[in-house]
Amino acid sequence: MTLDPDAKLPETEEGTVVYNTDPLIIRSHYEIDYIHSYAQDSEFFRALGKKKLMGSKCKKCGYVYATPRSHCMMCGSETEWYELPLKGRVHTFTTCYFSGEEFLNETPFNLVLVEFDGVNSLFMSRLIGADTKDIYIGMPVRAKFRRNLKMNVTDVYFVPDVEK
Amino acid sequence: MKEKSRNVYMVAGGVTKFAKASPEMDFRLRVKKAFDYAMNDAGLTLADIDGSVASYFSDHFQRQLMSGIMVQDYLGLVPKPSKRIEGGGATGGLAFQAGYEEIASGRMDTVVVYGFETMSHVNTWKGNEFIALASDTNFDYPIGGFYTGYYAMMAVRHMYEFGTTVEQLAKVSVKNHGNALHNPYAQSPMKLTVEDVRNSPMVSYPLTRLDVCAMSDGAAVAILASEDRAFEITDHPVLIKGIGTGTDSMRLADRPFGEVPLLPNEKPSDYKDLKYPGVHSFRAGRMAAKEAYEMAGITDPINDLDLIELHDAYTSSEIQTYEDLGLCKYGEGGQFIDEGKPELHGKIPVNPSGGLLAAGHPVGATGIMQAVFMFWQLQHTVKKHFHDDYLQVPNAKRGLIHSHAGTGTYVTVTVMEAAK
Ligand SMILES: [Zn+2]
Repeated sequence: MTLDPDAKLPETEEGTVVYNTDPLIIRSHYEIDYIHSYAQDSEFFRALGKKKLMGSKCKKCGYVYATPRSHCMMCGSETEWYELPLKGRVHTFTTCYFSGEEFLNETPFNLVLVEFDGVNSLFMSRLIGADTKDIYIGMPVRAKFRRNLKMNVTDVYFVPDVEK
Repeated sequence: MKEKSRNVYMVAGGVTKFAKASPEMDFRLRVKKAFDYAMNDAGLTLADIDGSVASYFSDHFQRQLMSGIMVQDYLGLVPKPSKRIEGGGATGGLAFQAGYEEIASGRMDTVVVYGFETMSHVNTWKGNEFIALASDTNFDYPIGGFYTGYYAMMAVRHMYEFGTTVEQLAKVSVKNHGNALHNPYAQSPMKLTVEDVRNSPMVSYPLTRLDVCAMSDGAAVAILASEDRAFEITDHPVLIKGIGTGTDSMRLADRPFGEVPLLPNEKPSDYKDLKYPGVHSFRAGRMAAKEAYEMAGITDPINDLDLIELHDAYTSSEIQTYEDLGLCKYGEGGQFIDEGKPELHGKIPVNPSGGLLAAGHPVGATGIMQAVFMFWQLQHTVKKHFHDDYLQVPNAKRGLIHSHAGTGTYVTVTVMEAAK
């Protein structure tokens, strides 16, 4: 006989956080690790470790993208890797004083879209070493790379391209 | 429109009061409140409904997949057909158009489109992060994870290309928060000045706290019907005269520098030196307008339309959208607000409800909220539903609603017209 009417769940000490009783509002925690593949864009991220910026060039129509995309948005054909210049200009910019939770402790930070000679589209990145009032559209900037790679797009960032 | 389909009418709508947080109701009950309001207004019972479309954006906010079916069963609509539509900030507009298609195709005679979002489950910073997951997570999210930053970069470029000023942006905020003073459903009615807007905390240069919409809890419901059914249900149905949808690349960086797709009131010489869309304009908004105008027979938007509810998540996007919709030429959006044209008593009232800035932006509900407010305007029943007729546009006969997803990736335009 295994029936036990005295069966009892073990009590634990963890408890939960209650914010409010009516309506009843509690805290519910959630966390997850993803196994994320850069897949066909992997070369872009590997190249950052070699201090290179890799865009894409359409094999058929010749359109040059400042971002990796293995197929062309203009004609649907396959592209090949295209090494971007490391110097460009600010196409537009902003300074973020707030952000998503993950980046809140990095505020304020500057975002820029960078334009390059001979390239048809732009590249989004951080600009450091300049305050909002110093940044202007057309400002020369150059790419710098982290030494200790994070293996994400923040391994490249831009600084003002001026003499020290 | 490749081939003529059945006429589709809106016959009823309902909205909950949008709020920063309203934990006394969950999403099912919130939708139920808006649903019952619409059903009672039209005198409908569950037996009259053939099916539904569910509109909600993020599964992250509630950490509940399949929220749509939970609403479907709560409303008593199972086992009827339903589906979920999702397209970022344009979710509501896309879902409304999906409802249109159910009727136009002849599949259904009466369809309910319900939208909701419950953003108060997380704090604002986490909410910003969730919303930013609707940008490219390999290339854009890790740099800053902040949508306001992306829109701010677009605003800076618009200012550079066309001379738009921060004061012009602020005037949009003053207008929309002011209109909302007379909208009992609105989350953030406020009497503001341009100085108030500029002096509020900078969020992302040049956009301040009052240039940006807030997070909301809310629900909205629209009921659509075929022509025969519509006139049985109400003496004042509103015809869906035209729909349009445009798209653009996820990454802002990938937007091309080409030519402007022209509306009937424009000519190539208007834009000789303009590289389009770049990052100053929303090509998807222009394409959506072009398709909807063709279907609705609109050739002169500012004169053919009487009022507009558009997606003003940012003051800058309202100005950019005046241009996409052809209310003025590209580059004239700032001047358009300076001249008072989109004011409540201006040439063409834009966001008389207060828009997203002031009415609120519970994402999946937003595009449907616009449809409901437009429906009441075209029915001339604002007084009945708001208990105040201040916002009723006196000559409202034909209006446009506009729903928009992150940096203009999906944009919908729908033209609605009073049947009589
Ligand atoms: Zn190509």
